[in-house]
Amino acid sequence: MTAVDAAVRRARALGAFYAAAGRQSITQRFTYRASNYLFMVGMLTEPVIYLIVWSAIARARGGSVDGYTPGSLAAYYLVWTLVRSMNVVYAPAGFEHRITTGRMSGRLLLPVHPIHYDLAGFGGAKLVWILQWLPVGAVLTLLFHPVLRPTVAGVAVFVVAIWGAFVLRSLFLWLLGLVTFWTTRASALFELYLVLELLLSGRLVPVTLLPGWMRDAADWFPFKWTFGFPIDALVVPQSTRELLGGLGAQALWIGCGSLLVAVVWRRALRRYTGVGG
Amino acid sequence: MTARLSPLYLRVQLLNEVQYRANFLLRLVHSLLALGTALVTLALVFGQVDRLNGWDAHQLLVLMGVYTAVNGFAQMLVLPNALALLSDIEEGTLDLVLLKPVDAQLVVSLRATQVWQGLDILTGAGTIVTGLVLSGGVRPLALLGFLVALGCGGALVYSFLMSVTISAFWFVKLDNVGELFSGVFQAARWPVGIYPGWLRVVLSFLVPVGFAVTVPAEVLTSRPAGTDLIVMILLSAAALAATRVLWQRGLRRYSGASA
Repeated sequence: MTAVDAAVRRARALGAFYAAAGRQSITQRFTYRASNYLFMVGMLTEPVIYLIVWSAIARARGGSVDGYTPGSLAAYYLVWTLVRSMNVVYAPAGFEHRITTGRMSGRLLLPVHPIHYDLAGFGGAKLVWILQWLPVGAVLTLLFHPVLRPTVAGVAVFVVAIWGAFVLRSLFLWLLGLVTFWTTRASALFELYLVLELLLSGRLVPVTLLPGWMRDAADWFPFKWTFGFPIDALVVPQSTRELLGGLGAQALWIGCGSLLVAVVWRRALRRYTGVGG
Repeated sequence: MTARLSPLYLRVQLLNEVQYRANFLLRLVHSLLALGTALVTLALVFGQVDRLNGWDAHQLLVLMGVYTAVNGFAQMLVLPNALALLSDIEEGTLDLVLLKPVDAQLVVSLRATQVWQGLDILTGAGTIVTGLVLSGGVRPLALLGFLVALGCGGALVYSFLMSVTISAFWFVKLDNVGELFSGVFQAARWPVGIYPGWLRVVLSFLVPVGFAVTVPAEVLTSRPAGTDLIVMILLSAAALAATRVLWQRGLRRYSGASA
């Protein structure tokens, strides 16, 4: 009984921590609204280019490519912009900065696992980003005429899945960042990871448009559950079973990620020697 | 004076950078990964169609090569210098440059090179040659036209980035210039003709990525470039002159190290 009590108390304390840290992050983000928009506009070129290229291909093939019409492609890349914002998490390269400046030392003295700080901080920022995304989405809709007819189940799953995507990508990029405890020249590895992610996640192109062997490869990585799955939940008509299966796969990968982070973090700590500070 | 100083400046920075040889290997990996991604993208596109906006796979490979090379030039020479100038304007440390007895625009354009980024120029050149061999060679006249167009493209990229940076004399805080450029310049990976009308105008005249990459590739693959080359020569001359004027006016606004 006391063990259960203690667990409940810890969970409650952690919840309070997330609420406080999230609120703080929201206030901070809100102060830099203009800088948020600059960042968003820079980010928009990428999906607009993909959209135009694949729309041209769809038209060249007589109106659709593997079932995607210019209208549904526009919907795909429009939802893409929101999902991409949800996918912005603490970058692996940031760990190099934390270690070389000795900031990690300060974090180690705190009573909660340092990943909670990044999750709460970025999670709070997402709320501001979603608000700021709304006018951007409206302008894109006027410019590119997306054809979007989501189901109620699709919308419900989408709302959950974008947060699942955020947690999932946070975990795996954190894991990748931990490599810097062993070497501070890990940028080539980060790049390799990001290239694989670009190709296999649905970021460059919807996963169904990939050739068979690449689709098979995508099944072995967590990538498509952070990008393609949330977008498709809204854009591609699916059965409720498929949608829930997708959420299950996300949960499974989040479990794997959490376990890996816990194990590798403990080993990384033993390697840690603060520099500077 | 310019002709003598420029190679000297670049040589000093090259010597400085060759001390860090591991960086060379890292850059090489980055460069190859970027090339691989571009090739996979091309394969995906041409798995679906034979021609995109009138370009076949080999011609588009040439265009990707031109994009890689021009982007390499921007990332090696133009962008790092623009960012250095930006921080000097913000912090008022431009005095150190202005006190030198040579032309200050020359110094701010050449002092902060990212030598290893130049590797992209080499991978770009390799890609161009591969594309040309696959599509059956090139006529000598086209090659000459290409070199002229490429020079003009470089001048346009330089003028655009430098003008935006120089406007910091008025606006002071211009964070994210680098991110904005790298983002927008990605549009040049594809022929500018693929974009809808309003975007094509923006990408040709406001942000001259269309001229900097598409026109050289058109000339090289002997696609009808029409009067584009002549327009481009005039445009780049005008852009260089405008940058010069803007620089001189900006300097007049510069009030020096407040510290």
